[in-house]
Amino acid sequence: MCGIVGLFLKNPKMEPQLGELLSRMLSTMCERGPDSAGFAIYGAAEDGRTKLTLQSATASEDFAKLKSALAKDKKLDAKLTLNDTHAVLSVPSDKLEDVKALIAADFPSVRTMATGENIEIYKEVGYPTEVAKRFDLAHMSGSHAIGHTRMATESAVTTLGAHPFSTGADECLVHNGSLSNHASLRRELIRDGMTFNTENDTEVAASYLTWRMKQGMNLGEALEKSLDDLDGFFNFVVGTKEGFGVVRDPIACKPAVMAETDDYVAFGSEYRALAGLPGIDKAKVWEPEPATVYFWQR
Amino acid sequence: MQQLIGELMRTYDLAQSPLRELNEELHRQKDGSNEAQWEVLNPRGGHAIAVGVDAPINIDVRGSVGYYCAGMNKKATVTVHGSAGPGVAENMMSGKVVIKGDASQYAGATGHGGLLVIEGNASSRCGISMKGIDIVVKGNIGHMSAFMAQSGHLVVLGDAGDALGDSIYEAQLFVRGKVKSLGADCIEKEMRPEHHEALTKLLEGAGITDAKPSEFRRYGSARKLYNFNIDNADAY
Repeated sequence: MCGIVGLFLKNPKMEPQLGELLSRMLSTMCERGPDSAGFAIYGAAEDGRTKLTLQSATASEDFAKLKSALAKDKKLDAKLTLNDTHAVLSVPSDKLEDVKALIAADFPSVRTMATGENIEIYKEVGYPTEVAKRFDLAHMSGSHAIGHTRMATESAVTTLGAHPFSTGADECLVHNGSLSNHASLRRELIRDGMTFNTENDTEVAASYLTWRMKQGMNLGEALEKSLDDLDGFFNFVVGTKEGFGVVRDPIACKPAVMAETDDYVAFGSEYRALAGLPGIDKAKVWEPEPATVYFWQR
Repeated sequence: MQQLIGELMRTYDLAQSPLRELNEELHRQKDGSNEAQWEVLNPRGGHAIAVGVDAPINIDVRGSVGYYCAGMNKKATVTVHGSAGPGVAENMMSGKVVIKGDASQYAGATGHGGLLVIEGNASSRCGISMKGIDIVVKGNIGHMSAFMAQSGHLVVLGDAGDALGDSIYEAQLFVRGKVKSLGADCIEKEMRPEHHEALTKLLEGAGITDAKPSEFRRYGSARKLYNFNIDNADAY
């Protein structure tokens, strides 16, 4: 199993409520994925700056050291905001490579969960409502967000095995299902220079999409191609800077339901995830078709 | 007076009380029960609502339900005034289940008897492995519907998706709209008078007045997969 929720706001007036709404949606999907949870949230961008969402198992120590290391170089103009085991590091976009090099060289236990102008990704092992509370999801705001509750099947229950997975700047992927050709595909991708942190099948899907986009495809084309190249069960929800996309494998065993009103588009593994949304009684509610790529964006 | 009591409505609000309590109450009902009318409020996509009922009672569910609503139903009439999640009326034995909205995948799966009416669309695998149930869908059905269907009837007023009736046994399929593709061993068959008659009854039972049996095509088994064919030995 696994649970997916997604909410894309068409009405900007609702943006302050995004975290609260997503947190409620996520809490309905705990039984589908009680071992870990995560979410990607797209907040406001700051002109000319990029955010890195960082994570560490020894967060207080690592982030204190990182803060003083960053402070030494005033030109970096870095801002580090701590949030439990995660921290958001905001830097001028032209300093991004310098900061990444600094982290790679001196902070091996710090992992980068997401990079982009808007995206922040938070994920941890634990019961989904607890994970949401740790990061105070309910008080976050933004234009759209994707959440995931995990019941591990293909690899260990670890922070890095939780979803969402980053697929590139301001992009992420969550998955419900299991891929059967992930081992062979991983070998092919490694041969082509991609690197992996886990034995997780979804990481292979994320890496596959990144690899396709490096070849010049856009995300929609990469998703279309994934229908040919990935074998197994999947419901993917992908986040982009502008919105989100949905694709299901041709057999479509994994459940998916969507709702749309003038104010939002929402995705849930089950209707329970949508039942608490405002105006759901009047919403258009439907199941996304198999082997069809959907996108909603501003 | 007895009659009046019999008409009393029991209302159960799932926002106030647990589902298990509702299902236990419903399981207590027997033939000739005085509490023949039930109303369930705030289902909010909950799972297994009104599963395993074995009494001739009416249950109206006001809203959308999740997995396995009215599964294993016997004798009861369950009406969902909303949409249903996966596996609605799964393994139904008798009675009637009506979904006013859409139904998710494998509606009526393995059903042995009774009538399932879906007023909206049904998604993939509708009537998979059906064993005697009658299913009437006013809208469209998704791919792999009536897969390995053994007996009973599937009536579709709209279109059918890919691989309809794959590996079908003796269930009869009637489709008014387009069939995207037929599954292995499923073929179109002639509509004989007895099929017109059966279809007329099924449409009547589902309360459908705006569809004529002559507008439907019938599909069923070519019976080529029933026995091992020695000419295919090389394929194994």
